[in-house]
Amino acid sequence: MSLKISSGSFENRVQRGVENDFMRQAVSSAQGRFKSGRLNAAAELGNWEDWRTLGEEIRTHTLENIDYYLQQLSEQVFKRGGHVFFAETAEEANEYIKDVIKKKNGKKVVKSKSMVTEEIGLNKALQEAGVEVVETDLGEWILQLDDDVPSHIVTPALHKNKEQIRETFAEKKGYDKSDKPEELALFAREQLRKDFLSADIGITGCNFAIAESGAVTLVTNEGNARLVTSLPDTQITVMGMERIVPTWEEMEVLVSLLTRAAVGQKLTSYITAITGTRLEGEVDGPEEYHLVVVDNGRSKILGTEFQSALHCIRCAACINVCPVYRHVGGHAYGSIYPGPIGAVITPLLDGYEDHKELPYASTLCAACTEACPVKIPLHELLIRHRQIIVEENKTSKIEKLAMKGFAKWASTPAAYKISAKMARPALKPWTKDETIKNGPGPMKGWTDIRDFPAPSRQGFRDWFKDRDKGGDA
Amino acid sequence: MVIQKQEAFLDKLAATLGRERRTEGVERPIWSVSPQLEVYQGFDQDDLVDVLEKQCAIIHTDFRRTDKAGLANVLKEVIIGYEGKSIIVAKDPRNKDYGLDGFYEKLQQVGREVHEWDATKGKENQVFAERADIGINFSDMTLAESATITLFNNKDNGRSISLLPRTWIAIIPKSTLVPRMTQVAKHIHEATQQGHAVSSCVSFISGPSNSADIEMNLIVGVHGPIKVTYIVVD
Repeated sequence: MSLKISSGSFENRVQRGVENDFMRQAVSSAQGRFKSGRLNAAAELGNWEDWRTLGEEIRTHTLENIDYYLQQLSEQVFKRGGHVFFAETAEEANEYIKDVIKKKNGKKVVKSKSMVTEEIGLNKALQEAGVEVVETDLGEWILQLDDDVPSHIVTPALHKNKEQIRETFAEKKGYDKSDKPEELALFAREQLRKDFLSADIGITGCNFAIAESGAVTLVTNEGNARLVTSLPDTQITVMGMERIVPTWEEMEVLVSLLTRAAVGQKLTSYITAITGTRLEGEVDGPEEYHLVVVDNGRSKILGTEFQSALHCIRCAACINVCPVYRHVGGHAYGSIYPGPIGAVITPLLDGYEDHKELPYASTLCAACTEACPVKIPLHELLIRHRQIIVEENKTSKIEKLAMKGFAKWASTPAAYKISAKMARPALKPWTKDETIKNGPGPMKGWTDIRDFPAPSRQGFRDWFKDRDKGGDA
Repeated sequence: MVIQKQEAFLDKLAATLGRERRTEGVERPIWSVSPQLEVYQGFDQDDLVDVLEKQCAIIHTDFRRTDKAGLANVLKEVIIGYEGKSIIVAKDPRNKDYGLDGFYEKLQQVGREVHEWDATKGKENQVFAERADIGINFSDMTLAESATITLFNNKDNGRSISLLPRTWIAIIPKSTLVPRMTQVAKHIHEATQQGHAVSSCVSFISGPSNSADIEMNLIVGVHGPIKVTYIVVD
């Protein structure tokens, strides 16, 4: 897999999302729960706005000095017996990791959930090199068994129901019990324990690397990241270059923001900060440690008006409040990063060409900006994307034609007047009780997911003219 | 150990930021707000125990409270409740300070296996932990707000003890309670500045492992321990 997860058109992906009733129901219910969790956790603190301000200040300072802090981090990891590799591209990162595994004669890799390794397509690269890769996060394991892709960055298998999961386990792993979530999870525990114990290599992502001491912090609930970092003798951390903080004190603040904004927890079950190789006499932890720092397009964002997008701490709060995500689901975005943050960073990392629709997958209601724990002005960045797309003439021919037609029509009073008058009679066949539930042609996209009010008997202009005569209110 | 491709990578970042590389002299600014310092200010140790107890209920963790003299008895009850036949404990001087060395010996006499982590035995420790019913640790620092046990893992206190067994018991000396993670972060930051090496693994553990990956239903007990008890010792 890579950043881009689909070759189909945006319209087709949206259509598939809209038609998937289970997914829409699941997303809607998840959004409700995530949102109330976040709001309760914020309310409990009392001064959530101060926390957000602090988060924003920390991220701004760190990104402004990212070269300094990355150098400090790499020196500290080196001091603690680790190797550090700076990878400009996904290919460089994958080649380096393959090389490490080859030198160790590694056969099996256990992984904990990591968006950056999804982004660089690491699993595919390793599998092509003949290495077995096992995803150990429950959601990711389900997707891996089913050859599917994540639809949410915190709960990646949100679009699947327990019956589908039971079938996947039965078909791929010989599971013969019920679809009770507890039984499914227990089965995963038993199956994956064998993988943890037999793997030679552990690979994790990184929530926050701590520059002052070379530690890498992992925020999890299931415990799989602890197993991945404790049992195999070789361990590799892959981090997006911006996932760094100056000291433990900033790590603590950002973790507090992350767990509250993501799932409404004060802390997740496990916050694990690992540093370099195991020390003299220690049994758990790796004897060989590698940190791979990945750019893969991030530096193109640095120093631009989009720099604040790099402040993202991947909590998914913006996704959980987005009305567009609610209707189309994660896969419609065609990127491993869905929702508002995905619509902002995907075109930046991978170019406008394949993702120019994404900035339009937003109602600009600003709920995302309000939810962001580090105050990224997401809807403003989406507007800026739209400006660039129009200025650089990246809109489709059909849209340009439509816009031209609209301009002509709207600036011709006679045409406007006639169509305003005709709208109601023309739509009559589709109108019932003053609403349109199944509109024709271009309206279909709208009425498939919500109703459209029938055009009023009296247009604004007529009402305005008649207002002194006491026309309809 | 090697650091590869650092210079070109970092030079490029400095260039995109439109300035020279910064290799020294960067100081953290004084942040305009510090809400993290205000949480549970003025709370004494007993107040913090109350906060901890309330949070335990939220994170599906059993809470017990006793004193030094009563610890062995409470521990025994929890072990029986967890049907613990094999137990792994850290090699911790506090085992003796809290009178648990004799208790563990007695447990062995009545046919239960007790393994104290022994660095000289290498991977055998992991093998025992993997099949153990119960792991037992003393908390190094305890966060009241989130009911979190902090472990500075080392050669006598392996990461596996709190991770591989089916259930886990954390003994919390009341003196280890602090309001929240802020105090631990400050402690480690100051130690780092004084040149002390941070533990190869700092584990912040809040109750049993869990997941919401199947239809957003909370499942308690996934890869780590399925049940957890905290025992606060006055």
